[in-house]
Amino acid sequence: MDKKEENEKIGVYVCHCGTNIAGVVNVGEVSTWAAENLKGQGVVISRDYKFMCSSLGQELIQNDIKEYGLTRVVVAACSPHLHEKTFRNACKGAGLNPYLCELVSIREQDSWVHTDKVAATEKAKAILSGGVSRVVYHESLEPLHVPIHPATLVVGGGIAGIQAALEIADAGFPVYLVEREPSIGGHMAQFDKTFPTLDCSACILTPKMVDAGNHPNITLLTYSEIEKVDGYVGSFAVTIRKRARSVVEKDCTGCGICWEKCPKKVVDDVFEAGMGERKAIYVPFPQAVPKYPVIDRVNCTYYIKGTCKACEKFCPTNAIDFAQEDEVMTVEVGNVILATGWDLFDARRILQYGYGRLPNVFTSLEFERMSNAAGPTGGSIVMRDGKTTPKVVGIVHCVGSRDKNYNEYCSSICCMQSLKFAHLVAERTGAEVYNFYIDIRTPAKGYEEFYHRLLDEGTHFVRGKVAEINDATRLPSEEGKLVIQVEDTLTGNQLRVPVDMAILSAGLEPRHDSKELAKLFGISCSADGWLIERHPKLDPIATMTDGIYIAGCVQGPKDIPTSVAQGAAAAARILGKIQQKEIALEPIRATIHEEQCSGCRICNNLCPFNAILFHEDRMVSEVNPALCQGCGTCVAGCPAGAISGTGFSNEQILSQINGLLLLNIPKKEAVKA
Amino acid sequence: MSKPKFAMYWAASCGGCEIAVLNIHEKILDVDANFEVVFWPVAMDAKYKDVEEMEDDSITLCLFNGGMRNDENEHVAKLLRRKSRIMVAFGSCACEGCIPGLGNFSNINQILDTAFTTNSTDNPQNLRPKTSYDVPEGTLTIPTMNPMLKTLDQVVDVDYYMPGCPPESHQIAAVVELVIAALQGTAQLPPKGATIGAGNSTVCDECTRKRNVKQIKEFTRIQFVTPDPEICLLEQGIPCNGIATRSGCNARCPSVGAQCIGCYGPAEGVVDYGARMISAFASVIDSEKPEEIDQILDGLVDPAGQFYRFNLAGSLLRGGRSNGS
Repeated sequence: MDKKEENEKIGVYVCHCGTNIAGVVNVGEVSTWAAENLKGQGVVISRDYKFMCSSLGQELIQNDIKEYGLTRVVVAACSPHLHEKTFRNACKGAGLNPYLCELVSIREQDSWVHTDKVAATEKAKAILSGGVSRVVYHESLEPLHVPIHPATLVVGGGIAGIQAALEIADAGFPVYLVEREPSIGGHMAQFDKTFPTLDCSACILTPKMVDAGNHPNITLLTYSEIEKVDGYVGSFAVTIRKRARSVVEKDCTGCGICWEKCPKKVVDDVFEAGMGERKAIYVPFPQAVPKYPVIDRVNCTYYIKGTCKACEKFCPTNAIDFAQEDEVMTVEVGNVILATGWDLFDARRILQYGYGRLPNVFTSLEFERMSNAAGPTGGSIVMRDGKTTPKVVGIVHCVGSRDKNYNEYCSSICCMQSLKFAHLVAERTGAEVYNFYIDIRTPAKGYEEFYHRLLDEGTHFVRGKVAEINDATRLPSEEGKLVIQVEDTLTGNQLRVPVDMAILSAGLEPRHDSKELAKLFGISCSADGWLIERHPKLDPIATMTDGIYIAGCVQGPKDIPTSVAQGAAAAARILGKIQQKEIALEPIRATIHEEQCSGCRICNNLCPFNAILFHEDRMVSEVNPALCQGCGTCVAGCPAGAISGTGFSNEQILSQINGLLLLNIPKKEAVKA
Repeated sequence: MSKPKFAMYWAASCGGCEIAVLNIHEKILDVDANFEVVFWPVAMDAKYKDVEEMEDDSITLCLFNGGMRNDENEHVAKLLRRKSRIMVAFGSCACEGCIPGLGNFSNINQILDTAFTTNSTDNPQNLRPKTSYDVPEGTLTIPTMNPMLKTLDQVVDVDYYMPGCPPESHQIAAVVELVIAALQGTAQLPPKGATIGAGNSTVCDECTRKRNVKQIKEFTRIQFVTPDPEICLLEQGIPCNGIATRSGCNARCPSVGAQCIGCYGPAEGVVDYGARMISAFASVIDSEKPEEIDQILDGLVDPAGQFYRFNLAGSLLRGGRSNGS
């Protein structure tokens, strides 16, 4: 035992976490073992308690700090992600610097992953021993306080992003709302009706879009994309590329003459899902916000051939500017909300369903546009020829979802969406409707009632996963029809259901570029590509990166009410931060020891936060502590070992390893243990 | 009053350290003037039993070079430790294993096979040395090899470390001067465990080449290029180890256009030299594409030799996995 440990008085607290830990680990034994065997390490008191995180548990620690004069505290409980702050604050409350407390995980890393009780108990001892060895080398630290910029960046102008932007703007703080498409509105703007109430999607969305467009606190940046993100919570510098609309916004009145006169028609495969056309100069839909059109330079005749300029000729306010260039701007914000939504599963990938080959197989988004009164068919539900009303329609659930070959997850909204389709088809065409489902999942308010309404309306429900949709007919009754081949798993019969139209309720997928988005903002996404929340239950809208929040389908498939709730929740969280005016940052930072740095410049390009600068005169590199996020990249990269990370010094890590291997305990005692 | 006693010994080493000591020129006379040399196999005749008969702690300064390859090395190390007040791990072999330590990538049988069956060996009966052999006069023995070569401090307590393969003569002279001054009471010895006769930063610190932000597209070998005389060799794709290597040699190799191979061992604060080097090199590879990165890394033709040439036995893992027993 060296002198360092002699001077320390360490308190050890082993948590039962109800039966979460105590069900597998013999916590009493771990506690007694620590008291006996880690004495040499400075442990003066060791206790176990049912719920260390409870106020009584925290008081236990606080009383011991006062009574025994503890200088270090080790809690063996859950992951630091969950309760590190709790126990640090408890220590702080009793006058001990919070960073002299170490939380080691014997739940996530032990009791939850093992079944052998004896071995798990031994492992808990080792983990605890590592923490005790490490905590001796902890230093008292003070958090860094940085101001919070009152502006917020919202990325994505769908319903979640709009809601978030409005909440913050209404509270009196500035918002930059950035949208990739020419108009905000997102997928919700494409729908005709919303389930389960069947109210008109546009009627409830448009007022919010207009509010967002007119709000004095909202700077709307449509047709724009994020290029670069620098900085940290409270002070991000975000570079935004505002793509050239070729229309001068301050001159444009949105009168619509340009797109009326434009001679070039283009299939609109974004807003109209390929079902309709737009012009080369266009607004995606009549209620678009902002009202200014954009020229699609890829398809515009002028940009292709150099002539035309019909829009320019007819524009009453001379608002067309063919030479307009992209505008790149950098804005300062304190917080960010990512609400970039979802992409539709590409139904072409399931060859046996025939989408793209069989004309009368539609996707859910195509059907949404078709059923929309403002859509390409004016709301008439017709077959691909544009005029024939179907007599029998089959709706296939779980297309690309709950399927090991595509996405294993449930897309959550398809059941309700399919029921809505079934209702609309029956209502508008009188056709016979079949729903082919695996399970009907209607868990939210009013959803189950809607399902029963559909049952009452006489829609057929066939429980089975569709094997194939084909136009190869076997019977006279199948002539000219699509045949849906399915096993009805409730009766065990193989069915061939002839239909005129098949609608594939395709699943929701992460945006194709969600991984790049995550990288840009320094957060993580799952293997699927959904962005990962800080905690799946208790913190679904924050991320592991301070100041970056997520809302809506960017986090995973969800319906409109949940997306709106998340947008509002993220906004509320940010408003709370803005009100505090400053934020305490973890004092976990990298430091370059100047006398050991020989200025080799290996680290100069490594920092993801651009926190390292090189002093040419002294030939040394230095870390700017305000920019450093304590990620440790430079610490690992420095060949000279001249950079240390607070809280992760060589002594701390190596002593923890020694502790884990029980090398800190004299041999005789280790054997006894 | 009799002069303080001096000893120097070689275990698993090449003998270069002894030459380096002699290379301090007329300073060697100071050694003789200030010390009584009691044991130095390369310079004078002595037997182990003479040392065994000395009183404990009777030798003031022992410079011990070489690694612990066999039981004889360990025996003498322990013996000299007992007899010496100041035990210096002298040179790379004693400090960190050095070239003999590369044997830790192989097991004993593999090492013997290499030594006794390679083309240059004339061994038609495929004989192997035995550690003991009975002859009419009695039993002959030779030392038994350790499964792994150990550094001196993995066997005995070491007071000071003096790195280098071999240590630079000017550094040896300075250390000799310091010890003499300390004995005369005009200087103080550094704290136990310190590295002496070397600097506290890296070779780069003593290198005069110009350094820019590093972005490496290709590693090459010194024999294939004529390096720019002004610019950092590593920036030119020549895998120079100066970045993690302790200073003290005045950047001898890089200053004449040859890359540092790391003979002064890990810089202060470096726990595992090779691991540091690997993460540093990996950090400055200028590519995001896995195939291209692989291709760039293929330019490092001998990673073990590049990263652990001197430090394998002293590294965290101390060796590589060897096949068989």
